[in-house]
Amino acid sequence: MSKIHVSTTVNGDAVEYLCDPRETLLDCLRDKLSLTGAKEGCGTGDCGACSVTLDGRLVCSCLVLGVEAEGKEIGTVEGIAEGDVLHPLQQKFIDYAALQCGICTPGILVAAKALLEQNPDPTEEEVRFWLAGNLCRCTGYDKIIRAVMDTAKDMREAV
Amino acid sequence: MALDDLKTKDFAFVGTRPNRPDGLDKVTGRAKFGADAYAPGMLHGAILRSPHAHARILRIDTSKAEALKDVKAVVTRADFSDKVPFEPGLEGEFWNVLENVMAGDKALYDGHAVAAVAATSALAARDALKLIEVEYEILPHVTDVDKAMLADAPVIREGAADYSVPEGMHPNVVRMHESGHGDVAAGFAEADLVVEDHFTTEATHQGYIEPHACLATLGMDGKGELWCCTQGHWIVQKTCAALLGIETANLRVTASEIGGGFGGKTTVFIEPVALALSRKANKPVKLVMSRSEVFRATGPTASASMDIKIGMKKDGTITAAEGIFRLQGGAFPGGPAEFTAMCAFAPYSLSNVRQVGYDVMTNRPKQAAYRAPGSPMAAFAVESVIDELCNQLGLDPIEVRLKNASREGTKASYGPRFQQIGLVQTLEAAKAHPHLSAPLKPGQGRGISCGFWFNHGGETSVSLALSEDGSAQVMVGTPDIGGSRASMALMAAEVLGIPYDNIRVTIADTATLGYNDVSHGSRVTYASGLATIKAARHAVEKLCERAAKKWGIPVDAVKWENGCAVPSGPNAGDFDPLPLADITANMGQTGGPISGHFEATPEGAGVSFATHIVDAEVDPETGKTRVVRYTVIQDAGKAIHPTYVEGQFQGGAAQGIGWALNEEYIYGEDGRLQNSVFLDYRIPVASDLPMIDTVIVEVPNPGHPFGVRGVGETSICPPLAAIANAVSAAAGVRMRNLPMSPPRILSALKADG
Repeated sequence: MSKIHVSTTVNGDAVEYLCDPRETLLDCLRDKLSLTGAKEGCGTGDCGACSVTLDGRLVCSCLVLGVEAEGKEIGTVEGIAEGDVLHPLQQKFIDYAALQCGICTPGILVAAKALLEQNPDPTEEEVRFWLAGNLCRCTGYDKIIRAVMDTAKDMREAV
Repeated sequence: MALDDLKTKDFAFVGTRPNRPDGLDKVTGRAKFGADAYAPGMLHGAILRSPHAHARILRIDTSKAEALKDVKAVVTRADFSDKVPFEPGLEGEFWNVLENVMAGDKALYDGHAVAAVAATSALAARDALKLIEVEYEILPHVTDVDKAMLADAPVIREGAADYSVPEGMHPNVVRMHESGHGDVAAGFAEADLVVEDHFTTEATHQGYIEPHACLATLGMDGKGELWCCTQGHWIVQKTCAALLGIETANLRVTASEIGGGFGGKTTVFIEPVALALSRKANKPVKLVMSRSEVFRATGPTASASMDIKIGMKKDGTITAAEGIFRLQGGAFPGGPAEFTAMCAFAPYSLSNVRQVGYDVMTNRPKQAAYRAPGSPMAAFAVESVIDELCNQLGLDPIEVRLKNASREGTKASYGPRFQQIGLVQTLEAAKAHPHLSAPLKPGQGRGISCGFWFNHGGETSVSLALSEDGSAQVMVGTPDIGGSRASMALMAAEVLGIPYDNIRVTIADTATLGYNDVSHGSRVTYASGLATIKAARHAVEKLCERAAKKWGIPVDAVKWENGCAVPSGPNAGDFDPLPLADITANMGQTGGPISGHFEATPEGAGVSFATHIVDAEVDPETGKTRVVRYTVIQDAGKAIHPTYVEGQFQGGAAQGIGWALNEEYIYGEDGRLQNSVFLDYRIPVASDLPMIDTVIVEVPNPGHPFGVRGVGETSICPPLAAIANAVSAAAGVRMRNLPMSPPRILSALKADG
């Protein structure tokens, strides 16, 4: 099967790849662009470990085809920090030990960042429902929810 | 130097909460997990799996797949060692694992591997699988534990039972355990009330978010490299070497970051297959499971069918207890029936107790360890009956547990006498906790339960090397599944007296350190921690020797204090403290590199107890349960890094909530797994759970230099029962079967009228 040429933007950088029409955006990010921060936990859009933004919208990259990225802007966990400055969520996740194994962390950070961009003052319930598509098997979510809530508070106070 | 004293207070580093050393890597996406490795010229593997629960494999034709240009190797059972002996029970575990990773004469469960392909791309490998022709003769199957013990049940494998099984039992019963003490019949006769009941739990999966993944290279010279996500790479090395017929030392295994394991990554599934493909193709092969493969072909925990009988006096004294536990562990021996039986009554000091366990085979995937394997099911059954006795006798559930609680010196239900233990302290902390006296709303119920796990020591090697600038590198062999690199660094800092940030802890590969048992049995902070402390003390001895040599005084006149060698007293001489970095700066000239190491099998893993309090709310219209408040109280011995201890408490509780309310393996009449994706096998999501409160009790374990007890597993023991007791109180009807899913609750309410 012949491959399709795709030009897209990932974390602000112009990139190109050749992909099989059956390959997912997640496959392309990982196997063609060496951006392995997004993880495949299920391949069916249930676990959120592959969360990225596509033109600013939160999506599961395992449910997007690689060819659909043509001309789009993609954001992954690798683009959350600015240079050597971590995003406040990243720092708070370290400070709160809001991760144990860390496999779900990239997806949760991408999802939580998307939440705070549209709702800077979420309630605990809003955070829990927003992150309901991101499975974590280690933490029981307690420290994750606290880290997101506390980051939101810091970011509001910093404005 | 009094280096071996048990230290339980006045810590400088232990008990603080520094950031984890792998934190930055894990929040930026650069931590390398199992599937994140690539090699030049790498092929992609894929595995063909049986669609049948039980079938004889008559013929496998791989010729069409092999003819494809993109396909570089196809393997079946013939490509593995034929020297692995079949033996009954767990004596033949290598054979069991071989049979599980690649079927021999029969496919034994839906999802059982029958062939594998390596091709130039993952898509090409998957396409090639469709061209492999397998002719099956379908055989009768059984997936239910009770049905598998009946006389007319299909036999999974003759000769699998070991010596413990009495004659006359079905061949699917492969091990029996019986233990206890006293006279249970006499005990029941003394009781004012005897409650006897039957309970079941379904198989649940560990549910780690990272599917199994590996990258394997094996040459015709018999030398190999393997990268994989595992809880223990030495067992991977040993097992793969046996299954492929190569020498252990010729296979180097490196553990990746691990995306959750919970017991499920303590064995091998795809690693020997990837190595066999690599050997045949003479190229590196990457093999990654899909989520569906994880559910169908890796180990869930056992399901259980249990009968419990407990007698109690009006004052709450338990007079006798008896339990029969039947566990199905899939198509192989190894269901944790022994642990279930031994853990069942461990929290209680009993004069008369008897427990029997049966390990039963069915046409399901080979069970694997899951966090305190066997114990949560037992606690569910036993603590439900104790709750029922308290209800019927009008007794307070905490007071009854305190009255009967195991203490130091109690003869445990499973045999030995307990040393210093903390069950009573967890119950006292529960009694004092505001949760216990908080008012409940209509429709809500409160449940409590105790739980127990043995904890484990295991073979352990640690090596510690000092650098010229006074920093230290620690090599441990237990994959970090919950922040253990931070805990190791804290313990090393405590002994060496240098800052936490000056210590780097690495998980060494199998070629750079001696043997290490798997990260299981809640053993890492205990055993690798003990080994780290002893390795650091070994280095300190050498540091003191260098100082003694410099000062010209005997070595026993030097002691180590706050990171410096100092004279042990006024008579030793008048010398300024000599900091560690001053000694290491010129260690090359004063005797050579300074390192410490430790190799042993620590035997003093202290047992651990917990008490959980749960409030649950049941909607009688829909049968849906909501956990509205949850408190975990557990004895940690000594919390090295309290934040990670809390994390273990919370994680165990959350997994227990899933097991109690949602999760189950559902098999159809055809013996096929019906729910092999996360949409249908629903683990708790953020919106399902409340905050999970934790109380860390610290009753030091005399078997660890700082008093540590393992904490990872005990936290999953009480939730099933605590939630069942809460739901039973809220619904007004005793829940005897897990999970307490909405349909089950509705039918229980309906049956109750």
